[in-house]
Amino acid sequence: MSDITIENLSRRRFLQGGAGLTLGFCLPVMAAAAAGKSGVVAPTASFEPNAFLRIGSDNSVTVFSKHLEMGQGTYTGLATILADELDAHWNHVRVEGAAADAKRFNNTFWGPAQGTGGSTAMANSWVQMRQAGATGRAMLVSAAAKRWQVSAAEIVVREGIVSHTGSARKASFGELALDAAQEAVPTAVKLKDPKDFRLIGKQARRKDSAAKTNGTAQFTQDVFLPGMLVAVVAHPPQFGATVKSFDATRAKAIKGVVDVVQIPQGVAVLATDTWSAKKGRDALAVSWDDSKAFKLGTDEIFARYKEMAKKPGLIARQTGDSAKAFAGAAKVVSASFDFPYLAHAAMEPMNCVVSLHADGCEVWNGEQFQTVDQGRVAALFGLKPEQVKLNMLYAGGSFGRRACTQSDYVLEAAHIVKAINGKAPVKLVWLREDDMRAGFYRPLFHHALEAALDGAGKLVGWRHRLVGQSIVTGSPFEAMLVKDGIDHVSVEGAANLPYVIPNMLVDLHTPTDIGVPVLWWRSVGSSHTAYSTEVFLDQVALAMGKDPVALRLEMLGGHPRHAGVLRLAAEKANWGKPLKAAAGERRGRGVAVHESFNSFVAQVAEVTVKKDGSIKVDRVVCAVDCGTAINPDNIRSQVEGAVGFALSAALHGEITLKEGRVEQGNFDTYAPIRIAEMPVVEVHIVPSTLAPTGIGEPGVPPLAPAVANAIAAATGKFLHRMPFNTSELVA
Amino acid sequence: MIKLTINGKAHQLDVAPDTPLLWALRDTLQLTGTKYGCGQALCGACTVHVDGTPVRACSTPVSAVAGRKVTTIEAIDSQRVGKVVQEAWRKLDVVQCGYCQSGQIMSAVALLSHNRKPTDADIDNAMSGNLCRCATYVRVRAAIHEAAKALA
Repeated sequence: MSDITIENLSRRRFLQGGAGLTLGFCLPVMAAAAAGKSGVVAPTASFEPNAFLRIGSDNSVTVFSKHLEMGQGTYTGLATILADELDAHWNHVRVEGAAADAKRFNNTFWGPAQGTGGSTAMANSWVQMRQAGATGRAMLVSAAAKRWQVSAAEIVVREGIVSHTGSARKASFGELALDAAQEAVPTAVKLKDPKDFRLIGKQARRKDSAAKTNGTAQFTQDVFLPGMLVAVVAHPPQFGATVKSFDATRAKAIKGVVDVVQIPQGVAVLATDTWSAKKGRDALAVSWDDSKAFKLGTDEIFARYKEMAKKPGLIARQTGDSAKAFAGAAKVVSASFDFPYLAHAAMEPMNCVVSLHADGCEVWNGEQFQTVDQGRVAALFGLKPEQVKLNMLYAGGSFGRRACTQSDYVLEAAHIVKAINGKAPVKLVWLREDDMRAGFYRPLFHHALEAALDGAGKLVGWRHRLVGQSIVTGSPFEAMLVKDGIDHVSVEGAANLPYVIPNMLVDLHTPTDIGVPVLWWRSVGSSHTAYSTEVFLDQVALAMGKDPVALRLEMLGGHPRHAGVLRLAAEKANWGKPLKAAAGERRGRGVAVHESFNSFVAQVAEVTVKKDGSIKVDRVVCAVDCGTAINPDNIRSQVEGAVGFALSAALHGEITLKEGRVEQGNFDTYAPIRIAEMPVVEVHIVPSTLAPTGIGEPGVPPLAPAVANAIAAATGKFLHRMPFNTSELVA
Repeated sequence: MIKLTINGKAHQLDVAPDTPLLWALRDTLQLTGTKYGCGQALCGACTVHVDGTPVRACSTPVSAVAGRKVTTIEAIDSQRVGKVVQEAWRKLDVVQCGYCQSGQIMSAVALLSHNRKPTDADIDNAMSGNLCRCATYVRVRAAIHEAAKALA
């Protein structure tokens, strides 16, 4: 396509003030004529380097995604919204990652910061992308009306074709692009009535399926630049340890090794290829200074947290008078729960390519936190943020890891480039073990819960104490998410428990002397709070002699969307109908419901427990309310995947430390589930015309408690730690 | 110099003999569809075919495949089964992040090449070496059945 080569030079931009909406039309024909032989077009006053939409004279419709595609379907979702309002032909639509630009491409929920996270991509872009599409459509209609000398009201647009109802005249988007670019940008556009959506809510196919099934999709790992060196790094064996000294003689003797440099993160071996760099790294002799290293093991951390849990923490929620309720209780139910550190373990280990040149710096990355990473890299090199060009590539998974509050691996790559004075572009490659041991884990947590039942057996008091490190303190998000010493993401899902209980107290201890870096992990606080609250509630239901679904529905007054998904999941799963078990096996059904990221998910799990205590999750029935379903098939796909992701943590996931050293390194010791462990998953979507909310994360939280509750239904045994200790279930 | 055939083309590779086939494919030939995930044959992201058999390229020294025929994801559509599997993957939108999917497809093609009607248990066996952290397993299974139907 000829316009590819000149698009950056020829793109004319039309900027609409106020709403921050921009869009542009590519004008290859006009640009080529105006440019003459030089191919250079002087930018006009309205020229802007970025936009959400470009229409080429070849009919191509390019949607620029300000958000990272890491598997969650964002590219397809954003394109669906825009293309529907534009009335484009879906087959003509392609998606490109947008440049880093905090002004134009900010996450509208985060203020002046660009980034992807919190399951906000669709929610924050919903109106923005609809307006972008509708504006483009209006300009195409105006151009056609002018060309044909007819009223705009007589023009219809469908699947990339603009036509006049009163005559046979019609034109494709490509044929009108040049004229449309001359039209004034309308100050207001009418958005579609949802009943007129043609793509939203239908089966728009993923835009990345072809490239991801023939090996052509470009991930950071796949970037090759002229003269590029590959860096593999020797990292300290404990968090906080530093390099004392090192001997690179043997490393430098390896063919392909070009340089060995010390950086704040360790010692980097640079080579012409990955294997030589790895061999060089393995041949290094490094002596570490562990005087400031964190040296506790996870057993000691848990012991400390259990001590802390004996004393009151900072109050995150207080309703009624819980002290009084417990003092007058006829019965108290209590339980405590332990949650380990968890690694994200994306299939593509963290990596980053950095190239320094005379005018600035260029970065290739599965870029999830543009504004944060751009600022940090700029500061390291003494550049302005806009001098750091970020190329957002597909990410081979992230689950939160690439949105690192400290920009850890991006800065590591930049430090290596700095250490060699920018003499070559560098691809930093973390081997699996580097990735597994690098920290930034889902924090380890201890929870203690108590419920008070009155003389009539009614649930009148609820106390929930949490102990765990803060993710947000010390990050750029602290001002937004930490209030009065309470990190919102430590207590989300617990402090906003939806059940109507007259007396409630939720409090939090945040240890600050644990040197293990922590980070958001798909569903963040809800990855542990949904478990403790929903499993404990089933224990309470048992003590009350109530059915778990019935008890929840009784207490969900004022929360119709929780109740809606709960009813739907229960109905589709035949809740209450006994399960048949084979001889020697125990089977049970369990339920959980949870809100996260403004979406509501209920799941009913069916589980078989064998004599030896081993577990098979047979089937999970899910009901989802995430507002308008933009891509129903992608919602199903995300929830299926969330079930598998959460089941990995329930059955196997655990990062442990001994004397500060991480004991896991690869997929033998940190084992995500494999295909044989994957249950049948059914996903039911609640019809809704409300604005869309997230779906990347909300499928995760209810899974583990639903499975645990099913295990309890089968065996009578409630499991109080993740991953599950199946030896407790031996018959 | 190590001689081998990759995707039907003869190559002579000037790499250390202990270099894993994975890195020879990726760094020397820039056939980047084959992915690095673990380096220890634990995840299957690097699965390629050697004389039609699936192997983990990350743990196969290039010297061990001298003189043999290697097929990677880039050329799998030259086989009928490969093309059908890719089509099934696209029809069902199996992929999420996509990083493991080259390996998934290579394992699925190997399975369907010798077993045109795999049961769920056959699929579990053949695909057990391929991790997917996005847990696309429901659709991997469905797509293999879909491809089997198309090949019948």
